[in-house]
Amino acid sequence: MAGRAGQGAVQGAGVSALLDVRGVAKSYGGVRAVADVSLSLEAGEIVALIGPNGAGKSTCFNMLNGQIRPDSGTIALSGRDVTGRPPREVWRLGVGRTFQITATFASMTVIENVQTVLLSHERRLGRLWGRATRANRPEAEALLALVGMIGQADRPCAELAYGDLKRLELAMALANAPKLLLMDEPTAGMSPRDRIELMALTGKIAREKNLGVLFTEHDMDVVFRHAGRILVLSRGRLIAEGSPEEVRRNPEVQAVYLGEGLTYHGGEPS
Amino acid sequence: MQLFVIQLLSGLASAASLFLVASGLSLIFGVTRIVNFAHGAFYMLGAYIAFTLTDRFSGPFGFWGGMVAAAIAVGLIGAAFEMLLLRRIYRAPELFQLLATFGATLVVEDLVLLIWGPDDLLAPRAPGLAGAVMVVGKRFPSYDLFLIVLGPVVLGLLWLILHRTRWGVLVRAATQDRDMVAALGVNQKWLFTGVFALGALLAGLGGALEAPRGAVNHAMDINIIVEIFVVVVIGGLGSIEGAFVASILVSLVNAFGILVLPRISLVLVFLLMAVVLVIRPWGLFGRKEGAARASGAVVVTPWRPLDRNGRLAALALVAVAALLPAVLGPYGLAVATEVAIFVLFAASLHLLASVGGLASFGHAAFLGLGCYGAALAMKALGLSMVPALIAGPLMAVAGAAIIGWFAVKLSGVYFAMLTLAFAQILWSIAFQWVPVTGGDNGLLGIWPSAWVASPARYYWLTLALVTLAVAGLRVVIFSPFGYALRAARDSDLRAEAIGIDRRLVQWRAFMIAGMSAGLAGALFAFLKGSVFPDTMGVSTSIDGLVMVLLGGVETVSGPIIGAVFYKTLSIWLVNHTDYSKLVLGLVIIALVLVFPAGVAGSFRWPGARAKARSRAPA
Repeated sequence: MAGRAGQGAVQGAGVSALLDVRGVAKSYGGVRAVADVSLSLEAGEIVALIGPNGAGKSTCFNMLNGQIRPDSGTIALSGRDVTGRPPREVWRLGVGRTFQITATFASMTVIENVQTVLLSHERRLGRLWGRATRANRPEAEALLALVGMIGQADRPCAELAYGDLKRLELAMALANAPKLLLMDEPTAGMSPRDRIELMALTGKIAREKNLGVLFTEHDMDVVFRHAGRILVLSRGRLIAEGSPEEVRRNPEVQAVYLGEGLTYHGGEPS
Repeated sequence: MQLFVIQLLSGLASAASLFLVASGLSLIFGVTRIVNFAHGAFYMLGAYIAFTLTDRFSGPFGFWGGMVAAAIAVGLIGAAFEMLLLRRIYRAPELFQLLATFGATLVVEDLVLLIWGPDDLLAPRAPGLAGAVMVVGKRFPSYDLFLIVLGPVVLGLLWLILHRTRWGVLVRAATQDRDMVAALGVNQKWLFTGVFALGALLAGLGGALEAPRGAVNHAMDINIIVEIFVVVVIGGLGSIEGAFVASILVSLVNAFGILVLPRISLVLVFLLMAVVLVIRPWGLFGRKEGAARASGAVVVTPWRPLDRNGRLAALALVAVAALLPAVLGPYGLAVATEVAIFVLFAASLHLLASVGGLASFGHAAFLGLGCYGAALAMKALGLSMVPALIAGPLMAVAGAAIIGWFAVKLSGVYFAMLTLAFAQILWSIAFQWVPVTGGDNGLLGIWPSAWVASPARYYWLTLALVTLAVAGLRVVIFSPFGYALRAARDSDLRAEAIGIDRRLVQWRAFMIAGMSAGLAGALFAFLKGSVFPDTMGVSTSIDGLVMVLLGGVETVSGPIIGAVFYKTLSIWLVNHTDYSKLVLGLVIIALVLVFPAGVAGSFRWPGARAKARSRAPA
């Protein structure tokens, strides 16, 4: 940790990227889940991280927000080294996160979920008095309105349909005014129509707030429609990077996906 | 040297039956995730049935046949218990099964008293093994040598069953991932029943084998239950090999502890358990549990603070309670005071167990620390009542800071067991540190100051402090901190991802709960005028859990209703029947069956129910 702290500062000379990952690697036993991945992301960019099952997408993702500690390499946010920091500290630096399987607070109402995040953002969650439900109600309502959930603000979270939970998660991820959104399979388990709606919404919010968005996704339709840039991961290594058009034409990517029995032929929704 | 060998051998002999009982508990937990409190009762039943059978049918065939028959009988009782009761409540919230097994324990205790009477019974010695053999020049019971051999034999048999039979493979698979086993089309019902029967059979056999060693008595279940919890936790939940190694460890610590460190012998075993849990939280042979899958069976209604009507109703209830001295005599007021104290105790445990999702099995430690804190402030420092009432909670919060710091690193059943270990350590200290605590004789003469000396005044003082403290706990529940605590309970992953330091939040909750229980304890000391180690015993901790669970974990007011109901009923029963445990146990079982969501959880205001209905999708 002490040794790494210096490295983050080295690149701070110029204007640093929002997210700068250099040579991260993670092994489980003898299996290299992620080997030497480097990537960077600027504010306002929407980048997809794709790859077949087992390519290391989730491991990569979980290292970015601190859930998994990389064996080697560095991760920097706006020039600040965050390698090995726990998720709660990475979040404080402006990283919002949604999960592959939604993680929300089931015993609370929809708006209370968002209020809790807002309270944490303001570092007021330690207070032993005062009603939590009275805090930040307008801000929470605004966030719910943004994701189209305002009509369900006072419903118990446990009653929500899965697509709505994903929307709620997005509102929660946005509640700390993040600079970077990490979305692990944001549309998994949703209907095709909901997928397109949610990603269009995410794109709109990202443009408006000048957020960087990094997402993983299995649905190629979503990827090619919404990502400005695509990173392709295979067996723990980045094998291609570029615009959707470049990636689509890349023979190595085609080989990887053809090997998987999965092809992409163009703009029609699946 | 002689003494060393003899202690070693008798330690190993005790380990055998400890292993049998503990392996059964471990199996049952591994597959069904039930902390089977009734396991001690099964063990005791095995001993009593073996006594009856071996007493009636003499001779080698009668004796050994009686042993086996007793074990099988207990196995059948276990199967019946699982089929008739537990099967109906697997879907109820976690820990509800614990409540049912606790009820069954109470029932068995009184049934044993009814059938076999209150006296200790001496079972016949084993034919052919009644004598002693010479070991290093000393006489050593040959029956104990037989037990030393039997332990590994049973371990071998269990290993064969678990590794060489189809059923055993399913049991091991279910221990690792029972959802997956269910998804593969295995009939879980019969798997659970089978495991429960085998576990009960092992407990029965353990009890039967103990019968010829010493007296059969009705404290056997309580004596063994804590010890087998310790063994199972040290060995690793669900691990038979772990249970074997841990039972030897625990027995040897017991055997040599008395020899080497007689003054702290009771503490040693729990110290061992605490050390193991702090260093290896999943026990010596256990594995870290995968993230539990969301059960989804429980529909949660978000908690609401009291509205205007609710607050008026609460005020009215307190006013009615304040008028009780008009109708109750001194005895009735003492009962009412005790009930009020336990309302606070239950409410403090509720903050931890329901709001925080951390079911402590050792919460009585803080009730006890409050008691001793107040008593010692008076006896050792010569303080008067008011400072003593402050010293109690202070001592409790200091203890909670230390215990909680270790405990919140764990969760689920491991948290429960570590808190149990710490509570038992404190209990042992209170029991054995005679110069300070008075040991078993307790500390006497802890009377309130003159201005609240009358029962009515002390009742009012208690009622006022309890009302304030319970109201304070409610404020905490609805405060930002309460939401952080629930957030950490609902989703560890999400809580971390929004900047919540789970351990810090839970540690603070632990201290708040400890301090509140400490206040209850200090009040309790002045009510009784004395302090005894048993205040922080296991049974007080379990009482607290029963109150919270009876009230319903998913309500805010549950613990109040649960405590009033349970405490009043148990005091009334003790005064009106000789078999209060039997009735109480049956009441608990009935309540669990009828109201799996808890008493308060099942009765909602009519308005709330209508609202819930109108909200439901058409």
